[in-house]
Amino acid sequence: MKAWFATFVVLAVCVAFTGLLAVTVWDIAQTPALVQLPAMVAEKLSESGVKNPVTAVLLNFRSYDTLLEIGVLVIAAMTGISMARTPTLEDPELRTSNELLFALQRWFVPLMLMVAGYLLWAGSDRPGGAFQAGAVLAAAGVLMRLGARPMNFLRPGILLRLGLVLGFAVFLVVALASAFAGEAFLDYPEGWTKVLIVTIEAVLTLSIGMVLLALFVAGPVNEYGEEDDPV
Amino acid sequence: MSAHLLYAFGGVVLCGMGLGGFILLSHLLRKLLAFNIMGSGIFLILVGLAQHGGGAEPGMDPVPQALVLTGIVVAVSATALALVLIRRYYYLTGQTVLESSAESGRRNNDDDPGSRKDGAL
Amino acid sequence: MTTWLMAGLLFTPLAWAAITLLLSFRNGRWVSWLGMLVQVLVSVGVWLLVVDRGEFYHGLGGWDAPLGIELRVDGLAIIFVLLTATVATACGWHAGMYLDSDKPWQKHFWPLFWFLWAALNSVWLSGDLFNLYVGLEVITLTAVGLVAVGGQADALRAALRYLLVALVGSMAYLLGVALVYGEFGVLSLAVVRELQAENGVGMTLPLALMLGGLAVKSALFPMHGWLPPAHGVAKSPVSGLMSGLVVKASFYIAARLWLELGHEAGSLALAQVLGVLGSAAVVWGSWLALRQKKLKQVVAYSSVAQIGYLFLLFPLTLSVSEAVSLQAQQGVTLQVVSHALAKGAMFLAAGNLILSVRSGEVDALAGVGRFLPFSLFSFGLAGVSLMGLPPSGGFAAKWLLLQASLASGQWWWALVLLAGGLLSALYVFRIYQASFVQDSDLDEFYHPPRSLELVPMILALLALGLGLVVDPMLTLLGRPFGEGSVP
Repeated sequence: MKAWFATFVVLAVCVAFTGLLAVTVWDIAQTPALVQLPAMVAEKLSESGVKNPVTAVLLNFRSYDTLLEIGVLVIAAMTGISMARTPTLEDPELRTSNELLFALQRWFVPLMLMVAGYLLWAGSDRPGGAFQAGAVLAAAGVLMRLGARPMNFLRPGILLRLGLVLGFAVFLVVALASAFAGEAFLDYPEGWTKVLIVTIEAVLTLSIGMVLLALFVAGPVNEYGEEDDPV
Repeated sequence: MSAHLLYAFGGVVLCGMGLGGFILLSHLLRKLLAFNIMGSGIFLILVGLAQHGGGAEPGMDPVPQALVLTGIVVAVSATALALVLIRRYYYLTGQTVLESSAESGRRNNDDDPGSRKDGAL
Repeated sequence: MTTWLMAGLLFTPLAWAAITLLLSFRNGRWVSWLGMLVQVLVSVGVWLLVVDRGEFYHGLGGWDAPLGIELRVDGLAIIFVLLTATVATACGWHAGMYLDSDKPWQKHFWPLFWFLWAALNSVWLSGDLFNLYVGLEVITLTAVGLVAVGGQADALRAALRYLLVALVGSMAYLLGVALVYGEFGVLSLAVVRELQAENGVGMTLPLALMLGGLAVKSALFPMHGWLPPAHGVAKSPVSGLMSGLVVKASFYIAARLWLELGHEAGSLALAQVLGVLGSAAVVWGSWLALRQKKLKQVVAYSSVAQIGYLFLLFPLTLSVSEAVSLQAQQGVTLQVVSHALAKGAMFLAAGNLILSVRSGEVDALAGVGRFLPFSLFSFGLAGVSLMGLPPSGGFAAKWLLLQASLASGQWWWALVLLAGGLLSALYVFRIYQASFVQDSDLDEFYHPPRSLELVPMILALLALGLGLVVDPMLTLLGRPFGEGSVP
């Protein structure tokens, strides 16, 4: 009875909150925003080096956000790996031998790599970009892991960590190098903007793919039952 | 009322649902899903609400779209990390909730409603 | 020069994070100690720059607000940058000797530590609402990672609870940001404040959402349940970082928001509610600290109480005279600084005590007074600041808050200040009493190296001496929360 009452109260509060939020959203929507930021973005787009305004905001106007965002990915991957207690993140016991899976792998993995490449390239003037491409890359890795494809680079050693941090490090180095050439950090030197942004996106794709894959394989898969800590 | 606003209101509903789920559900995976629903709702509000500006062409404010992309990456990272922690927690303790029945029994003796759980060294 | 100093604050910690990620704990230690030296020098450099040049804005990447992300370098931000340099260096120095370098997972400590430092600096400086959100999330995830490192069940439980609560807090903040962006079309806090003052738009719900989310992340009563397990289960240097700096980050943003937007969008009721919850935290947190069986839980619950004082900022700066508001802001700033120093000292000293008696129980401390007076002394000195006895920083802070509450006619906060001081005296003395019990059957204690004992002593002395340098510090502060202080 008491639990039922608590549930009721929580539901009532949530409904009230939703209503209040809806009224506020409605109110705000009645008047146009006081500042027209899109106009400013459009005005400066030619200086940003890419044609897609979203990419321009992400990798130029608000590139510091993006740098920290990649940092968040690295942090999550690192913490995830620190939980792993096996010598290799790719567990041979988990390999299945399934004809359908093999067929899927043969067809899909190359296709997915191609899609990842396309998404990366499309990012400069259409929706797409490093994160989308990296996610597809990671999905290909997940598919490979389900089957019998050994992935030695997933040993929690220096190579894995190097791969995780590569995108972040290149981004940071570009920030540093741009400061030598120009005036401000992350202020890409003229003429180089396009090259640098594409380079950053390419290494980011690789790192993001590895981060997501590492997080996928980092958790223990065994059923509960081994109380003792292996290390 | 434009179509974009419809997204914003959809987001409002998702927010409310996510909040309710987060408070009411105790299974860790469901809590995490509720958080993700709440997050999706907020991203929809952020993008949908921003497009009402009477300026240039509606639907073309790239800033909130970029913000949401950043927000999604952050939410994905946090979710993935939480999943790793939950899986390892389950692996070690066999529990899918934060307090076991033994602990909630002990909680009745503990007089702090805010910190009913255990606090080890 | 400015560019390089800003980069030194924001980007070099990220570079140290990337480098230490590739190293073992032992090698990472040397790199990190070098890095700490660099960071301290950079922080002092920025301080001198602000003294010399005054407060200024700095657009990152050459893009000014509202298109780009703007840093706001003012007296308050500098105080927090210097505080971070002090506490993080102390904790990092201690951690390098304290943590067991044979454990394979310890190598993850240094990169997380540096990511945390980078994000803290970014939160102190950023003037952009969304960038603050990203900074907060970096802080949350590093803090969760630092608590969870090692992956034991109780650490995982504490880390998961912390992660889930903190994520929902961030979501509430982000929802507020989304509504602000919908209304104003910008993310720069300074531009939002100007627009709000010109147009008088009511922003009560967004502000309440942001403050609510940040209060959850600062462990304000009754949402404090996640803090004691997380701070208690972490290794002592990590607890010091968490209590000293991490919880301050979300409070700092809340205070900035309140002082910039509060006089238009805030309400008396909201301010009083936050003040009452803060007061409840002071009393309830102290009471529970008194009743804990484990040493680090005592210190962690004491953090819940000490954070409660900070929330008196809200009622004491709304609808009061300029002078009273300034006094309250100065008091709260001093409270943050002195608590960070004292709590850092306390957790590090507690870590030493636990190391020597090999138990975290308060009762196990019996007789430790004879063997380890140095760390125990540091613990007590830090306690003096928590109690608010002169000449500590805690005293100066509470004195200013007391004056502000009496001058604004809100005498009831004065009662809270007195009760909190009394209760904190009780829980500090309880530790002392336990340590000087003579009938101990233990006569073998592990003696930690002197350098381990030195670090908490330095922090405790800083907390104690803070009261003597209040005036120069407040001069730097000028008007603590910048030009936007509430009339």
